Order: sequence, then C-alpha cells, then structure tokens
Amino acid sequence: MSNIAIEFENVGKMYRLGRVGTGTLSHDLNRWWTMNILRKEDPYLKIGETNDRSKKGSSDYVWALRDISFQVKQGDVVGIIGKNGAGKSTLLKLLSRITSPTMGSIRYQGRIASLLEVGTGFHPEMTGRENIYMNGSIMGMTKKEITRKLDEIVDFAGVERYLDTPVKRYSSGMTVRLGFAVAAFLEPEILVVDEVLTVGDAEFQKKAIGKMKDVSQGGGRTVLFVSHNMDSMLNLCDNGLLLENGMVKYTGDIRSTVAEYVNGGNTESRFTQEESKFPLFISSVEFTGSDEQKRGLFSFGDDITLNVTLQRNKGFDMDKKTVMSIIIMTLNRTKICNLEIPIGDVREGKTTWSLKYMKKVLMPNKYMIQVVTHIPNVRFYDRQDACMFTIFDNGTEFLKYNGTDNGFIDFKPEVVRQ
Amino acid sequence: MQMTEIKPHRKWLDIDLKGLWRYRDLYYMYIRRDIVTQYKQTILGPLWYVIQPLFTTIMYMFVFGGLAGISTDGAPQPLFYMAGIVLWGYFSQCFSVSSDVFGTNANVFGKVYFPRLVVPLSGITSNLLKMLIQLVIFVVIYIYYFVTLPAGTLQVNASILLFPFLIFLIAMHGMSWGLIISSMTTKYRDMKFLVQFGIQLFMYVTPVIYPLSAAPEKYREFIALNPLTPIFEAFKYGCLGCGSLDWNGLLYSTLFMFVTLFFAVIIFSRTERNFMDTV
Repeated sequence: MSNIAIEFENVGKMYRLGRVGTGTLSHDLNRWWTMNILRKEDPYLKIGETNDRSKKGSSDYVWALRDISFQVKQGDVVGIIGKNGAGKSTLLKLLSRITSPTMGSIRYQGRIASLLEVGTGFHPEMTGRENIYMNGSIMGMTKKEITRKLDEIVDFAGVERYLDTPVKRYSSGMTVRLGFAVAAFLEPEILVVDEVLTVGDAEFQKKAIGKMKDVSQGGGRTVLFVSHNMDSMLNLCDNGLLLENGMVKYTGDIRSTVAEYVNGGNTESRFTQEESKFPLFISSVEFTGSDEQKRGLFSFGDDITLNVTLQRNKGFDMDKKTVMSIIIMTLNRTKICNLEIPIGDVREGKTTWSLKYMKKVLMPNKYMIQVVTHIPNVRFYDRQDACMFTIFDNGTEFLKYNGTDNGFIDFKPEVVRQ
Repeated sequence: MQMTEIKPHRKWLDIDLKGLWRYRDLYYMYIRRDIVTQYKQTILGPLWYVIQPLFTTIMYMFVFGGLAGISTDGAPQPLFYMAGIVLWGYFSQCFSVSSDVFGTNANVFGKVYFPRLVVPLSGITSNLLKMLIQLVIFVVIYIYYFVTLPAGTLQVNASILLFPFLIFLIAMHGMSWGLIISSMTTKYRDMKFLVQFGIQLFMYVTPVIYPLSAAPEKYREFIALNPLTPIFEAFKYGCLGCGSLDWNGLLYSTLFMFVTLFFAVIIFSRTERNFMDTV
C-alpha cells in the first residue's frame, strides 16, 4: 500500500441498545467465556442487524457500521455523506481511535488529526497562549512545533490582542476560531473534519474553507470530510463515500455520490419516451455540462446545455403555427421563464435542439423542466414535466447559509446610497 | 511514514510505551494545567496547599490526641499527625485522580486519541509537587521542635534516605488501585460513591493517626496486611524515630505494588479502547 493512505477492511462496529447493567452480567460472562477461553467468535455478533432507526429491531444489538471496506489514496479529499445515523461519525471515531471496531481492521499511514470538535481540552481558566499549547499537545504536536507555529496560529485565529487573557473571557466565536487555527496548523498526514465549517462568521468560514483547500492541495494531505452541506462537499472534495444504515451504499467521484444521495441515483437527469398517443411528442430531454457529460447537477458557474428531441410521426399533418414551449419552473410549479420555439416546419422523425443557458443567472436551487408541444390558443399535443436539475453553490455570497433557499434568479440592482 | 493498524483484538500486554514517550509534552502540559488552574481567582493561592494540612493537623491534635487520647509513640503530636496527613493526602490524591480519569476526561477522550495513561501519570506528578510544598512546612515545624526539645527526643536516622522510595511506593499504590477502579466506574457509576467513602474508611486501617504499636493486639496482624502500613511506619521511623522499620513489610509492599500495577495497566489499556461506548 504505497500510495494508499487509509484502508478499511470489513470493518464493523456493534452497539448494544438499552441500558447498561440490565442482564448484562450473564451476557458479559458468556461472551468473555466464548471469546477468551474458547477463542471463538463473539456469540452476540450473529444476532445483530442493520441499523435502521425507524424500525424497531428484534435484537438488542445493532450494527452501527457493517462490512465497511474502502481505500483512500494519499492526497485525496473524500466526502462522507449520509443521513443522520448512517454511521458517519462512528466511522470517524473508529479511524481516530476513540473507540475500537468490533471486527475488521483499519490501516493508515502517518499522523491523524481530527477536527471532530474544535477547542478540545480548552481550559477556561488558562490564557489563549496556554490553551494553544495544551490543545496542540493533545493533538500530538510537540512543544517545539507549536512554538514554531505560534505566530501563524494566532494570526489565523485573529486573537492577538487577547492572547494572555483567560479563554473564559473570549466570545464563543473567538474560542472556536482559536481551536480551528490550532488544528489547521497541525500539518498531519490525514485530517478528519466533521462539520466544523458551519461555525464562525462568514469571513472566518471563507478563511477556513481556504485553509482546508490549501491543506489538501498544497501538502498532498488526505482529508476526510463529513458535512450535511452538499455545496461545501462539492466544493472541497474529489471523491465521495455514501453511507446508508451503516453500510457503504456508493463510492465514486463526489458529483455522482452527491447525486446518488440527493436523487437516489439520477446522476444524469433525463427523460425519454419511445412512443406516445400523440403524433408529435417529446422523445427525450437531457442535460449536459460543459464537459459534454450528461448530468443533472451543476455548479453556479457551470454552463448548462439542455437537449430536447422531438419526434414527428409519419403522415402527421402539422399546422405551421405549432410551437414547442420549454419552461423552467420551481418545484412548487412557479414558472420562472418560458421559451417558445417554432416547430411548424419540422421533418418527420427525430429532431434535436440544443439550448445553451447562460451561467450565473439561475441561483443555486432545484428546478424542473417542462416541455409542451402545442398550437397556441388552439390545441395541446404533448406536455411533460420532463426532468429536474440542481444548481449548487460554489461561491456566491449566500454560501454561508448552507444551502437554504435564496431565490431563483441572480438579479441584482445597482445600489446607490444617498 | 508510520503505519498504524487498528484491530478489534489486542494482545494481553499491549501498552503503548512508545506513544507515551511521544506524548511527553502533553504530560508536562497537564501538570502545568493542574498547578496553574487550581487556585486561580483565589486570594491565598498556593497557600492553600499549606493551610489544608495545617488545619487538619490541628483538628487531629484536638480530636485524636486530646479527646481520644491516642498515643503518638512519644513523638510531638503536630509532627506525628502532619507526617501521616501529608503522606495519606498524597496517596488519596493519586488514587482519586486515577480512579476518576475516564469520568472527568470523557469530554476530551471522546474527541481525540492519545495514550490515556498520560493523564493519571501527570496527575500523580502534579500532586507530588503539592506534597513537596507541604513537606517543606513539615520540615519547618520539625526544625522548630528539633531546636526547642531536649536533644535526643527527635532522632533522625539513616532510613530517612528511603523517603524518595517510600513516596514512589505511595504514588504507585494510589495509581494502581485507582486505575483498577477506573475501569469499573465507567460501567457502574455506583463505584464512584462506594470508592469515595471507602477510601475515607481505609485511612483508619492504615497507621496514619496512630502508630501500629498502639493498635490492639488482635487487629495488629490484620493492619499489617495492609500494604500501606509498612510505608507509613517506615516514614515515621525515619524522621521521628518512633515505630519500627520493617524490611519484610517493605518488601511485601513493593511486590504487592508491582502485581497490582501490572494488572492495573492491563485492565486500563483494555478499558480505554472502548470506554466511550459505555461512559
């Protein structure tokens, strides 16, 4: 494993539900007897089941993680995606040796630093400086290393003035910044990050994301990143790992992993129909990005191309006024824009139109495409809610809101203060 | 680059000594933290280290020496009680620091990995410093009595050279017992309460406030079984000249210490791997 930084092999972690201490002594003894004296497998492993929170299980033992196998190459930034309770945090805990796996093995190269929660070990009575040393050494730095980086850390956290003030007098934002700064300058070979970027103000978030990017790109370090914010995932990560009920559901590049998570597998958002009751019908609708790949997920800065194919059946007598309307609408069916293309002269068989939409007009959000063929004010032929597509945020000023709805059109006036 | 492998099963005696050495700076930081933060925002500050044993000594002189009239084997009461209190204080500190290590540090342990043994080790070291300060006061009072009392009442003898070893024994006893208890407190919280007053009661079967010679004949053998007894006796013999120096007892105490330490470290290193699931 020369360039493999992390390797999970059949890793499983089992938890026992219910209270500790009720009827455990017999279980404990039984397990101890079979495992340590008879040297057999743990007898309670067999009755474990997958971890689905919503269903009441028949067993007290539950697999938080099961059969997890994957490899991470050195220098990769991997996003771990999954619903609450899918096992993301357990996976990070196993990797950072906070708890140990029930089965399987984990191998990694180099030093791991985890930003599971920043500011770990801060003592409120100690000064900022003392806490930098304390926190740094908890994370495995030596005193010398910390002294060498002290200025950078202080500068990054922006707490120079309060360096010799007890941390209890700090604002919560300052504490978090200081904690992040220490961890960011650790320079570990593997960095584990769990939802820390959601803290702090906008300016600091920008700094933190920038630092994360530096860490992963400049130093060739491996980063595991857990977040519920798909936008920052898509920005920071190269590859993704989708967990569901404690098992690996999908691995691949980050775009397809996010798509798998968001749309349940519809990476390419497309609509097709082979035949229809209408003689003039929509045969396919699909999106392609600038790389000609079919997809349904775009960044705010991506060019979006929509390809619409119509079929005119043989012998269909078409009115010259026939048009095709292509409507972009929100998921609550509010129309955002409409485009009419005259199709009165279209040949028999299939015809395809490519529509190149301008980037940076539609805001990061979810949209639906509706295609209609009709003779205006006379009759409708085919009307299809063809497909959905998503634009994610890769750097608008709204990124800090973590993907909440910020409207649909990027339409900014010139602001003059009087 | 160093390769690490994490597996569910570990060998019986798998203590991360290399890791402990690598984290030695953390050990210093913990000691520093203990000392710096304990008396922040107090007026008397580190004076409290001294006030506590002084006042306890006065109380003991009143209760045990005055009311109960327990013998001090001819030694001046303040010196006799203070010697016991300082030593016992150190033992119980080492014990409680180690026994509660998972409870008080769950927050940190739940987020970062480092060899957990760093915490109890630094705990007994920072308490050692406190105890040394208390010993200074003891020496001051000692000199006062040495000068004022008729010559020959206080006899210093060569066994005073054993002191560093005695203190080491005390620390290791305290830590080993504490570590064994610590693995139980993570699972059964009852242990914490049991242990708190258990250690208080334990003081009375150790010759802290009385000399072994003053204990009733029928209990004496029982008290001698206590591995702490020879340490306290040797300490008082060395500086006060009372009691006896029991070489066999010290050997017993030392062997006892190594056996418990051995098991304590094994139990502790097994507990530290999974305690986050139970705590």
